[in-house]
Amino acid sequence: MISNRIKIQRIPKRISAIKFGLLSPKEIRRMSATNVITADTYDQDNYPIDMGLMDKRLGVIDPGLKCSTCHEKAGDCPGHFGHIDLVVPVIHVGFNKVLRKLLRSICWNCSRLLLEQERKTIYLEKLAEVEEIGHMPDNVINEVFKEASKVKECPYCLELQKDIKFEKPTDYIEDGVKLTPTEIRSRFENIPDEDIRVVGMDPENARPEWMILTVLPVPPVTVRPSITLESGQRSEDDLTHKLVDIIRINQRFQENRDAGAPQLIIEDLWELLQYHVTTFFDNSVSGIPPARHRSGRPLKTLSQRLKGKEGRFRGSLAGKRVNFSARTVISPDPDLSINEVGVPLDIAKVLTIPENVTERNMPFLKKRIMNGSNYPGANYVIRPDGGRIKITDINSEDVCERLEPGWIVERHLQDKDIVLFNRQPSLHKMSIMSHFVKVLPGKTFRLNPAVCPPYNADFDGDEMNLHVLQTEESRAEARILLLVQENILSPRFGGPIIGGIHDHISGMFLLTRKDNDINNRISKNDALELLKKTDIRELPDPAGTFEDGEPYWTGKQIFSMILPDDLNVEFSSSIGVKDIEEDKKTDSYVVIRDGQLIEGTIDEAAIGAFKAKILDTIIKEYGTSRGAQFIDDATKLSVRAIMRSGLSFGLADEDIPEEAIIQIDEGLSIAEKKVRELVDLYNNEELEVIPGRSLEETLEMRIMQELGKARDKAGKIADSHMTLENPAALMARSGARGSILNITQMAACVGQQAVRGARINRGYHGRTLSHFPSGDLGAAAHGFVNSSYKEGMSPTEFFFHAIGGREGLVDTAVRTSQSGYLQRRLVSALQDLEVQRDYSVRDTRGVVIQFLYGEDGVDPTKSDFSKPEAIHRIFRSVTKKKDTKDKKEDKKEKEA
Amino acid sequence: MTKSKLLEHNMVPYHEIIVGEEVEALLEKYKIKKEQLPKIRSDDPIVLEIGAVPGDIVKITRKSQTAEEALFYRLVIETIV
Repeated sequence: MISNRIKIQRIPKRISAIKFGLLSPKEIRRMSATNVITADTYDQDNYPIDMGLMDKRLGVIDPGLKCSTCHEKAGDCPGHFGHIDLVVPVIHVGFNKVLRKLLRSICWNCSRLLLEQERKTIYLEKLAEVEEIGHMPDNVINEVFKEASKVKECPYCLELQKDIKFEKPTDYIEDGVKLTPTEIRSRFENIPDEDIRVVGMDPENARPEWMILTVLPVPPVTVRPSITLESGQRSEDDLTHKLVDIIRINQRFQENRDAGAPQLIIEDLWELLQYHVTTFFDNSVSGIPPARHRSGRPLKTLSQRLKGKEGRFRGSLAGKRVNFSARTVISPDPDLSINEVGVPLDIAKVLTIPENVTERNMPFLKKRIMNGSNYPGANYVIRPDGGRIKITDINSEDVCERLEPGWIVERHLQDKDIVLFNRQPSLHKMSIMSHFVKVLPGKTFRLNPAVCPPYNADFDGDEMNLHVLQTEESRAEARILLLVQENILSPRFGGPIIGGIHDHISGMFLLTRKDNDINNRISKNDALELLKKTDIRELPDPAGTFEDGEPYWTGKQIFSMILPDDLNVEFSSSIGVKDIEEDKKTDSYVVIRDGQLIEGTIDEAAIGAFKAKILDTIIKEYGTSRGAQFIDDATKLSVRAIMRSGLSFGLADEDIPEEAIIQIDEGLSIAEKKVRELVDLYNNEELEVIPGRSLEETLEMRIMQELGKARDKAGKIADSHMTLENPAALMARSGARGSILNITQMAACVGQQAVRGARINRGYHGRTLSHFPSGDLGAAAHGFVNSSYKEGMSPTEFFFHAIGGREGLVDTAVRTSQSGYLQRRLVSALQDLEVQRDYSVRDTRGVVIQFLYGEDGVDPTKSDFSKPEAIHRIFRSVTKKKDTKDKKEDKKEKEA
Repeated sequence: MTKSKLLEHNMVPYHEIIVGEEVEALLEKYKIKKEQLPKIRSDDPIVLEIGAVPGDIVKITRKSQTAEEALFYRLVIETIV
């Protein structure tokens, strides 16, 4: 028997077709193992009751019992359907839509489709046509229903058609009289086969009357297993509970009818039976209260098992739980490579890699087995016959003795193993990348802060998942395609998505600033300290000597050490104004020649994530490994550079001189006066209306404009009093963190608070708060905050600020859920498209979507920030001409 | 009011029917059957204008942001419903 089964399993089968249809009562009875007539499950001895809901013929779940249908024991028996004979027919909720359409499309008297014969022929032809092309027939069928339900008089028996109203969830009302399922069923039974075909149904496999249930299939016991609680009490599955209800009502109906009960009682019972059968299929039908468990919890019936995120499709089939994975909090470690991930020792001892035993790795693996659970050890060995042996202190020697080639050892995770690292939500491919393991003490995953941008991670308590790859193929694929360094360039915009953040940028900025600062004379010891963690061991010729004769180096020199020797780039940095001549004066035009930083300051535009010009050039010229090396060195160097002077920010850093405060206050009071003037103009009806706007809108816009300008002006004044010596200004201008707006709000003026893009206009009748006169249209009454964060806000200002802040919070909460669903739909629509080897984009059927990927066939990661610049770069590197200048000269030549 | 030609409109890319060798070359280039081309309905205004019938292949020359010009081909199909 067993050998026979294995044989059957080995025959490969090809599915040639799948046919969908409705289960006919005949078919339900044919596949039924037994008729279920008792609403009980087990007797006193915990033995399944015959013809009960747990009948042995429906399959078994208790160990020790054997199925009466297939004679297999629990686990091997797949379970078998039973059936309940319903005393009266009931409607199947799932078919309500079709039922309604069909009822309206057939004659109540002769049951024929309400269309002339020639129309039917035309529709049949159309259906055949659609089927031939392989399209869905839905449109044609809907048209049939639409046309037929409009007919007033049956073309065959000439009876006038009545209006049929559908009432949720299962009532059909014809001219005020409720149609019984029996009536509906008998109408459907009389529809000729030919008419059924016209509405797109196949009379062989799906007769409309089968949508009205006369027999209810009872799912196998294996589908609704009961669980035994610790107290020994049995707890039945929700489906079983529902079936109990159905059988009880069914019986009561029978008894009442046999006893000749009044029509009213019969109808009530019928409705109750309909309710139970409906909720058995779907317990979330609108219009009826969901069936509840004794505890008050809604029952999980058939459609609840399938629907939604935790349902069978999305929860069990499309997504599953995995082994060999770990999750913990993340924390930063700039001394790790971007390709590495720090794994806590405790995790490394649980996650394992299966290693095939060969002659050559035998001694190594034996050592691991001897270590057992002591790191670096091994947890299991697998014999060639598939037997798993757990390694313990007692059997480790014994296992070692027996180990031979062909066995598999599941050894602990160790340094340089490759693993997948992931942070949810996984919105793009860079959300899952592979890293090399570095086993470290501690309890958190460690990662280089430069890889935070692609994961969108920070360290305020974020957790990440790690997956250990179990096959050679997967490890090779992870190494080649998923390694962090292979994903530095984002296909989204063709530039690096990985790069320096926060302190990396501040640090580099401090290090490479113009060398007039005493800070920038770096002694030999300090220079070596800066480069300590990199592989660089030799310093270039010193830039000069101190008074005491000791040599010193500049920050630009130190930075140049981590550049490739023959790198050439020129660009304007973040602090610059994108004008070469102007930027050269402020040391913000970066010139790197032959791997030496000649002038310019390194900031966000040079090494920052999303911008990093230098990194971009290095990867495109020297490859991803050199790029990764550069980021590694840059992160190590920059954190040491920032520690040389330190960078802190305190309350005093928001200080601006007295005269600036006066200036700002003046500006604000002028703005306020202007607002008052505008309001006066409005009140005197002298305000000039902006075309397409109402008078009120014009006023609001003008006021918003005026106040916006005022805030910007205040910000400009504050900013002009902050040099690069001010840490906030330094961070904002170099692009490390924060913006000029943040500085403005802290030091000068918080500005207008807005709800839905307009000034705050809610609260009491005619005014926002009782602190203002009714009808006040002034700045302060509608949420303009004069104060800065440092000064502190007045109570009314604080309240307005809270209103504006709350809107921001609600917005983000709403937006994330909406964009998440949008993303899900987009991904579902696009997931099977593929770029083929001929650069065409096709779906799984081979239907072409784009004849040339992106219309130009260019891989965005290979282009310069998605501009067709690459060819120019190659041209320049061959001709050895300098960049930007030539272009201008070229233009001039052309013009000439 | 005289009806203006769609093809003269700025936003309508150039459509033309291709026949014979050009069709074969196209199908050979992508190693596909006619049915694997993108479709365009026979009652599409531009299809009516150039007089293509179901089974014809229409070549569309579009302006492209990335490439200056991009070629697309569509199979004209019968309009059902």
